Amino acid sequence: MIWEVFRQEREGQPLQHGGSLEAPNREFAEAYAVEFYGRRHESVALWVVPREAIVEIAEPYVADVFDRDYRRVDGYSLKVKLREARERAGTA
Amino acid sequence: MNVQAPPEAVVEAVLAFADDELVLGWRDSEWTGVAPFLEEDVAFSSIAQGEIGHARALYELAAGVLGGDADTLAFDREPAEYRSAPFVELALAGDWAGTIARHWLYETADAIRVAELMESDWPELAGLAAKMDREEAYHRLHAEMWRDKLRGEERFEAAVEQLWPYALGVLESPQRARLAELVGREEVEAVVRGSHDDGFAALHEEMTMVRRSVPGASW
Repeated sequence: MIWEVFRQEREGQPLQHGGSLEAPNREFAEAYAVEFYGRRHESVALWVVPREAIVEIAEPYVADVFDRDYRRVDGYSLKVKLREARERAGTA
Repeated sequence: MNVQAPPEAVVEAVLAFADDELVLGWRDSEWTGVAPFLEEDVAFSSIAQGEIGHARALYELAAGVLGGDADTLAFDREPAEYRSAPFVELALAGDWAGTIARHWLYETADAIRVAELMESDWPELAGLAAKMDREEAYHRLHAEMWRDKLRGEERFEAAVEQLWPYALGVLESPQRARLAELVGREEVEAVVRGSHDDGFAALHEEMTMVRRSVPGASW
């Protein structure tokens, strides 16, 4: 059984994926997670999750199949618009 | 300041404990690279290193009274001078059921021994025992989870049965009843420390090989 381990490096920080391990049950998974990601004080907290409990949503479901980049806020430079507006207003 | 040397019997007990940890750490490290699966390989190797680290700290403590240093006590003595229990000397590499049976029985016995040393009148020993106990807690967790997993399995139960008289020999006789209680078995005649089987000479030869290759070198 494969388990995914997430670790928090410092308090207040988000937990990030550390790696995965194989263990026959939860007890073993906890012990191995501590062994690999916690014993040297490299983490303040661990999440140990059975891989099968994770819902993975991958391509193509999250892909933007139609060209609708006008819906996205990136690429729309507020700076440029602002400069143009200021020039028009004569305040640049 | 009144600095009193600890009684000889206590120093002897520390040396015996150090020898147990060194030899068991050595035996357990024989699994490195060949444990049943990768995760366990890393975990068990780490435990083996933990035992050897405890041995070093105990040897240092003994060396403060006996002279020399941790390395001279660990590697420069003759096989007959080691006080390790026959239990830790048994060669079990390749026999995982036996190895786990020994690991579980040893950690259970060790908890009794460490708890007693934490109450020692020798403050350095009491302090070291408390420090070791924090790491042993992890060893015990590991031993218990494996015991839960293998409990009732024929090979594991047979190994516990076979190793039981040896396990009792890790402790002095007044502590053995407690071990029997924790393990849930009848106390039997213990295989006590004081002699080594034929395999120990070969183990000693291997353990001290590098050290002997360049006598007096500083590494």
